[in-house]
Amino acid sequence: MGDKTMTADEVVSRLESGMTLGIGGWGSRRKPMALVRALLRTGVTDLTVVSYGGPDVGMLAAAGRIRRLVTAFVTLDSIPLEPHYRAARERAGFELTEVDEGMFLAGLRAAAHRLPFLPVRAGIGSDVLRINPELRTVTSPYEDGETLVAMPALRMDAALVHVGRADRLGNGQCLGPDPYMDDLFCEAADAAYVSCERIVDTAELTKEAPPQSLLLTRLAVTGVVEAPHGAHFTSCAPDYGRDEEFQRLYAATPWPEFTERFLGGDEAAYRSAVREWRKEQTG
Amino acid sequence: MSTPETAVTRAALPPPTRAEYCVIACADAWRGAGEILASPMGLIPSLGARLARLTFAPDLLLTDGEALLVGPDGAPEGWLPYRRHLDLVAGGRRHVMMGASQLDRYGNQNISCIGDWARPRRQLLGMRGAPLNTLNNPTSYWIPRHSRRVFVERVDVVCGVGYDRAAGLGGAARFHHLARVVSDLGVFDFATPDRTMRLASLHPGVSVERVREATGFALAVPDEVPRTREPEAAELRLIREVLDPQGARTREVPEKARG
Repeated sequence: MGDKTMTADEVVSRLESGMTLGIGGWGSRRKPMALVRALLRTGVTDLTVVSYGGPDVGMLAAAGRIRRLVTAFVTLDSIPLEPHYRAARERAGFELTEVDEGMFLAGLRAAAHRLPFLPVRAGIGSDVLRINPELRTVTSPYEDGETLVAMPALRMDAALVHVGRADRLGNGQCLGPDPYMDDLFCEAADAAYVSCERIVDTAELTKEAPPQSLLLTRLAVTGVVEAPHGAHFTSCAPDYGRDEEFQRLYAATPWPEFTERFLGGDEAAYRSAVREWRKEQTG
Repeated sequence: MSTPETAVTRAALPPPTRAEYCVIACADAWRGAGEILASPMGLIPSLGARLARLTFAPDLLLTDGEALLVGPDGAPEGWLPYRRHLDLVAGGRRHVMMGASQLDRYGNQNISCIGDWARPRRQLLGMRGAPLNTLNNPTSYWIPRHSRRVFVERVDVVCGVGYDRAAGLGGAARFHHLARVVSDLGVFDFATPDRTMRLASLHPGVSVERVREATGFALAVPDEVPRTREPEAAELRLIREVLDPQGARTREVPEKARG
C-alpha cells in the first residue's frame, strides 16, 4: 500500500491551467485554504472552479484565476456577501454557472456515479434555466410524465478538500459534525488531494472516534498533505472555529494589499504574517 | 395556551413591541404544520419557530443552524448536516422561512443579484436553495424592512418560484405552496383568485396607506383588514424571558418603527 503523503506545493504542481477544479467545504467552513494559498503561488489560471463558495472562490476570483465558476452561492457566513467575489463578479471578471444547492449536489452525485446527469425537481420555473441555457430537461418515462431538470454531472479533473485527520494511505477523517460534500468531491474528481490537520497512524483514526467519521476512503484519494491550521481562516470543527477577526480583515482589505502582506511567501510565511498581525492587534 | 393568566400578571407585562408582533406572525406560519422541519432564516423567524415549538406546534423539528436537530433548549435529537438537509428539502417534510432581496406580487423571490444577471449592478448571495425549496416544500418569506426596494413590480432574477410561474408548470409544481410573507409592517398571503399578494393583517400602529406606500406593486387589500393577532401573555413571557432575554429582536425590528 502506497504512501500518498505530499506537500501542498507538490499538489499544486500537478494542477494545470484550464483544469476543472472542485473545492470542498461550504461557505467559510473547512475550506482547503492552505492548498488554495499554494495554488495562488503558482501560475495556474483559466480554471473552472466548482465550489459551494467561500473565501476560496473570493481569493481565486480576485487573483484572476477563474475562467468559469460553478456554484449555488458564495458567502463568508458571518459576513453574508464575499466582497472580493462580488467585486470580481460586478466587473465581469469570470463566467458564472449559477445553480441551486440541490442541483449542485445532484451534479456531484451524478459525477461520482459516472452518470451523465441526475433528474431534479429544482430549477423548473425559476431563472436557473434562463441563465443556464445549456441545461436540458427530461421527461419521466413513467406514468407521471413529469418534466424534470437533467442536472449534468460535475466531473472534475481534481478536487481539493480539508479534513481533521488522515493516514498516509489517504483515508480521511471528519471529526466535525458536518461532512459537507467532501467525499462526493473526491469521488467526482479524477484526482483528489486531501489536506488535514494531522497525519496519524491508521489504527489511531478510530481510537477515539467512531468509524463513521472516516469520511474519505483511500480509493478516492490521490494525495495527502499535512497542513496544520490548513483551513484558516475558515472553520475546522472541532479543532478550531472561524477566525472572525482575520476574516473581517480579509473582507475589509483591498486585495493587492492583502496579497502583499499575507500571500507573498509560503505557508510558514503566511502563518507568521498572521501571528505578526495578531500581535499588533493585541499589543 | 393552557397557562392560567391572572389580571395581575397581565397588567405587569409591558405591551408587545413591533418585533414581538413579527415573532408571533412568523410563529403562526408553522401552526398546524405537524411533524416537519421548521427552517427559519434570520433571527425573528428563528424566535418564531422556537416559540411555535414551545407552544402550539410541539411536534416541529428545529435545527441549530448547523448540523444538528435540537429541542427548544438546544439539546440534540438528531443529525442533519447540509447534505441530508438538502435531501430532506427534496422529500418535502419542511417549511422554510427565507429572506428576499426582491419579492413580486406573485411571490417570485430574488437573492441572486440586482440588475442584469449577465452583468449585475450588485452581486448578492446567489440562488442558494430557493428553486429547490419553492418546488418541494411550503415556503414563507420574512422581510425585516418593508420597502419598494424589496416589494418590486418585477424581480431581476427569479430564484424562488412565484404563483404565476408555478401555474404553468403542471405536475412539477404540485408541491408548490407559498404560505405567507411577514414584514415589519404586516402579514401577507396569496389568497386571491389570481394568487397575488394580499394584505392579510396589519401590525398594530401600521396603516394600510403606509403599507401601500412601501410596496412597489398594487397590493390586494380586503375591505376589512384585521390586525395581527395579539401575543398571549405566556407567549410574551417566553419571548422575553426564555427565547431572547437579551432583546436582540429589537435590533432586527427597531421599536422606533416606521409606523
